[in-house]
Amino acid sequence: MNITTKEKPVELAIQARQLNLWYGTFQALFEVDLNIKKGMITSLIGPSGCGKSTFLRSINRINERLGYVRISGRVEVFDQDIYAPEVELIQLRKQVGMVFQRPNPLPTSIRENVLFGHKLHNSKSGSRAEQDEIVESALQQVLLWDKVKDRLHHKATKLSLEEQQKLCIARLLPVKPGVLLMDEPCSALDPKGTEAVEELIWELRGKYSILIVTHNMAQARRASEECIFMLMGKVVEHSLTSQMFVTPAQQETADYIEGRYG
Amino acid sequence: MSHNHAIDRRNLDWYIDKAVQVLVFIGGISAVVFIVGIFLFITKEGIGFLINTLDLQEFFGSPYWEPSDEDAPEYGILALMAGTASVTGLAMLIAIPFSLGSAIYVAEFATGKTREWLKILIELLAAIPSVVWGFIGLTIMNPLIIELFDVPVGLTVLNAGIILGLMAAPIMTSIAEDALKAVPDRYREAAEALGATRWQIIFKTVLPAAKNGLLGAVLLGVGRGFGETMAVLMATGHAVNIPGSVFDSVRALTATIAAELGETAVGSDHYQVLFTIGLFLFLITFLINLTADLIVRGIRNS
Repeated sequence: MNITTKEKPVELAIQARQLNLWYGTFQALFEVDLNIKKGMITSLIGPSGCGKSTFLRSINRINERLGYVRISGRVEVFDQDIYAPEVELIQLRKQVGMVFQRPNPLPTSIRENVLFGHKLHNSKSGSRAEQDEIVESALQQVLLWDKVKDRLHHKATKLSLEEQQKLCIARLLPVKPGVLLMDEPCSALDPKGTEAVEELIWELRGKYSILIVTHNMAQARRASEECIFMLMGKVVEHSLTSQMFVTPAQQETADYIEGRYG
Repeated sequence: MSHNHAIDRRNLDWYIDKAVQVLVFIGGISAVVFIVGIFLFITKEGIGFLINTLDLQEFFGSPYWEPSDEDAPEYGILALMAGTASVTGLAMLIAIPFSLGSAIYVAEFATGKTREWLKILIELLAAIPSVVWGFIGLTIMNPLIIELFDVPVGLTVLNAGIILGLMAAPIMTSIAEDALKAVPDRYREAAEALGATRWQIIFKTVLPAAKNGLLGAVLLGVGRGFGETMAVLMATGHAVNIPGSVFDSVRALTATIAAELGETAVGSDHYQVLFTIGLFLFLITFLINLTADLIVRGIRNS
């Protein structure tokens, strides 16, 4: 074809190539090939033990805390091989923020939580006024500022779970990550909290590339643009969310989203 | 009537159960009974002096301890308090970095077998009898200090402080390690995912979160230092003296009681003043331990 398309080529945030991963002798991921687009919300679904969390946790290499993890293949974040020997984990984790299943604010003040990453990555942490600005902007982005602006020095662990989870998202933002990984971010929250955090995640799309693991299919359907279905450590299907839930291409996907197992 | 089992029948099991309940109850309250009993006994033995002879200003303010002087006995414990405080202070300067360092290593770095072995060794170290430590102070540290620092006497604040520091370190390590282990792993994970290095995780996240337990560990070490007798008696030189440097000999409150009680006439002023010192020590260690306990309990609950 001679027609030049007006669309610019799709930019990718994360690329996995032939990724295999073992915990000791147990293989958790098999030949995973994925292209995750920049600025989009992509959800990872699948039954327990299908490897979705493992895949997520291999993108900031937090998996390696366990010590007996081995991989083969390649993972690139913004075209950089993150398993190359010269990679500094600290820089990688600045680029790739993570939200955990259970909100895990540090047992310090709200303000200190927001500034934690910032202080780690900037040897000069800036003047008080600059810090105030960082705190306000991060908390504004997660829609928490109005609620907590008068009690920034209170302990973060005293907040409600929903607020804690929002704070955990807020504290990633000051170091300007490109990718946000979320490991079932709403599973510890009540329905209202879930709705609020989902809304927030939806607000953040475009600014960040978000990869979200969820057990909750309705959530994947509501809150993501693309969807990946995994089963037994393999990627079964990766398509637009709207498409996957209406016309799944694979029989396994169809069975799963109709609730026949999982 | 053969099917009618008596439901109020008491068999052997019932009696065993009752007996065990009573025994366990006695065991449970015995600690309280003993503490109160000891306290009452010490108070009873010292009360005569407390009421009749004690001059608070002299007792706490005078550095002269001459209770066996027949004409004008003097009962000032200032020098003895200075002795106990200087030795305990130096011991803590030594024990705190040691025990914190080893607690951090055991809790945060060591894994598997290394960790298990280290924990066993630390417990073993805590079980060395204090007279053995005193012996080390007397026969090894003493000549070593004389040699190294070119001083006339090696039985000094320095000697006793080092000995006591090494004695207190294992128990402090154990408690500090418990405090570090009590920090939920999700804090470490959170910090690591935010890009913290190993050192930053420990320094900025784990230590602040464990600070109450660590403080409790230090306080228990201080309590141990105040109460320690035999090693201090053997390593300080046992000279009534307000120390001007770590190379001075001193005498501790506890060592005074241990050394003198056997030589006093029961019921004499000297006998009674030693019990008054005992009461004073009892109250101080009780307060320190209580504070430590409350602090450690505080972290468990929060």
